[in-house]
Amino acid sequence: MDLSPVLDGFGVVLEPTNLLYCLIGVVIGMLIGVLPGLGPAATIAILLPLTFGIEPVTAIIMLAGIFYGAQYGGTITSVLLRLPGEASSVVTVFDGHALARQGKAGTALGIAAIGSFVGGTVSIVALSIVAPVVAGFALDFGPPEYTALALLGILLVSTVSSGDRLKAVVAASIGLLLATVGRDGFTGAERFTFGSLDLADGLDFVPIAMGLFGLGEILHNLEERHRAVQAPAKVANVWPSRADLRRSSGAIGRGSVLGFLLGILPGGGATLSSLAAYALEKRRSKTPERFGRGAVEGVAAPETANNAAATSSFIPLLTLGIPANATMAVIFGALLIQGVTPGPQLVSEDPELFWGVVNSMYVGNILLLVMSIPLVGVFVRILRVRATVLAPITVLITLVGVYTVRNNVFDIVLVIAFGALGYLMKKLGFDPGPLVLAFVLGSLLEESLRRSLLLFGGDPTGFLTRPISGTLLALFLVVALLPLVRPLVRAALGRRRAPAPTDTHHPDHKELV
Amino acid sequence: MTVLVGFLPTAEGRAAFAAGLAEARRRGEDLLVLNSPRSGAPVSADVAPPDLVADLTGRAREAGVALELRQAAHDGDPSEEVVRVADEADASVIVIGLRRRSPVGKLLMGSTAQRILLDATRPVLAVKPQAG
Repeated sequence: MDLSPVLDGFGVVLEPTNLLYCLIGVVIGMLIGVLPGLGPAATIAILLPLTFGIEPVTAIIMLAGIFYGAQYGGTITSVLLRLPGEASSVVTVFDGHALARQGKAGTALGIAAIGSFVGGTVSIVALSIVAPVVAGFALDFGPPEYTALALLGILLVSTVSSGDRLKAVVAASIGLLLATVGRDGFTGAERFTFGSLDLADGLDFVPIAMGLFGLGEILHNLEERHRAVQAPAKVANVWPSRADLRRSSGAIGRGSVLGFLLGILPGGGATLSSLAAYALEKRRSKTPERFGRGAVEGVAAPETANNAAATSSFIPLLTLGIPANATMAVIFGALLIQGVTPGPQLVSEDPELFWGVVNSMYVGNILLLVMSIPLVGVFVRILRVRATVLAPITVLITLVGVYTVRNNVFDIVLVIAFGALGYLMKKLGFDPGPLVLAFVLGSLLEESLRRSLLLFGGDPTGFLTRPISGTLLALFLVVALLPLVRPLVRAALGRRRAPAPTDTHHPDHKELV
Repeated sequence: MTVLVGFLPTAEGRAAFAAGLAEARRRGEDLLVLNSPRSGAPVSADVAPPDLVADLTGRAREAGVALELRQAAHDGDPSEEVVRVADEADASVIVIGLRRRSPVGKLLMGSTAQRILLDATRPVLAVKPQAG
């Protein structure tokens, strides 16, 4: 492997501007990680207009910092207040808060920070090795492969993510439909524009992401009242003891690997991997009854896994151009805005951007480790800000921000419309993630589908005769049919023996997500 | 009938609690401590932390007074909440702590205590923390 672009990447990271934006990114990430409700996808969407004026590398370094910084921040409130700041820290509540009640909040936070650091770093190293290989492999991909990949990506995100599968598929279909609005790239015919000039160029990604994730989440949060207001928690700065570290080292190691693997999968990401890592530790443990009563492994495993997953979910984005989850979809949009098309050619054609972003994660993780222990008290302060103060400010930033992108009032109208849609979707139990993801992948899917059909002379069986696209489509079918087949298999198995032990952990996790 | 204390985890709040406890004992009534933060934020410095709550209940038990603590959040003005709870519990007296304020500060900031004094339809005992 040629190491010089990797080293050049460090040169990019160590430029003062990039270091500064990395710091800004991780601080914002920590803050919104602490705030329940406002997730990394929403924050990155709201801050999209801010990235216009800066270099692509710098912009993505900052946005990436927000994403993995939020994984650190989410832990803090889980441990101290039994209030998960992010979905990926929900399982940390069980043991983290139990430790805090025993007066060992410092231990829990320290272990979580160390685990996050180790998980993140292991994941970056693995990413540095795996990503160029995947990208090299994907360089041979033609339109048919991309068609299959985009289909599989959309399907996986809709089925693997938490919540109702059917609703997620409906949301994804709406996203695909929205992607068709505007001028047809091949024939120039106008579709679904209703004669409106504003719609002729198609719907822009920025207002959709800002509306659905940003405004929609703010509106939904305003409605949700915090029933019990809590007293500010005190954190004693206790560094975890050697025994705690030794006990959790195995959990951190396994969490890193599990998180890395699950993060690569579309739809997997941080939330799923934290759940899986916790379940794995509980099952492996000789004393599973300690879990939920303050086991350090129960904090170490999920926190390590969610950071490892947050990092490795960059792999499909940067090497295939397929975002693995909602946050990655927004970062994908940010790259497109900057005129960078993520894909297999990114590593070879734009090594500065690729390695700059990847290597910035080392710096970001060190910054987070340094900040997270002594500054916990400062970050927790933001929880005292009332929603009635926070929401108007965020809405104002969102609306002014979207206007500055193209100086177009129509974009403001779009944000408000999609904000209302996002709010209604959340209310009715639809996850806006698949919609945005399908919207982003929609144009890629359509373009490569039509190009491959041109290639095959209109014969759709061509997809099946090419080995890679054929395999991907077979996988697509397996994933699509799995929910239908699973009950049958389970029924068949159930007749022979008791239900599989795998599912015993599942119900109590589901209701918390 | 009960004695209602408007409580905050401050020196004024502690003074009000001490006075309320003495008052409840003298009258032979129950003690209702209202520690209601403003709603909207997940965390508020106005909420009495668990160790302080333990301390308060301990002191009430020592004095032989039945204590009820309400920590539910309220919307709007805290004075309205105090008066509302006083009416609901039919308090015989409301005990509040007063902050030292300059006349100008008073003019600018208004006062929760003042509004309670004006709005309440029952006796109000206003106490100050010990100087120092």
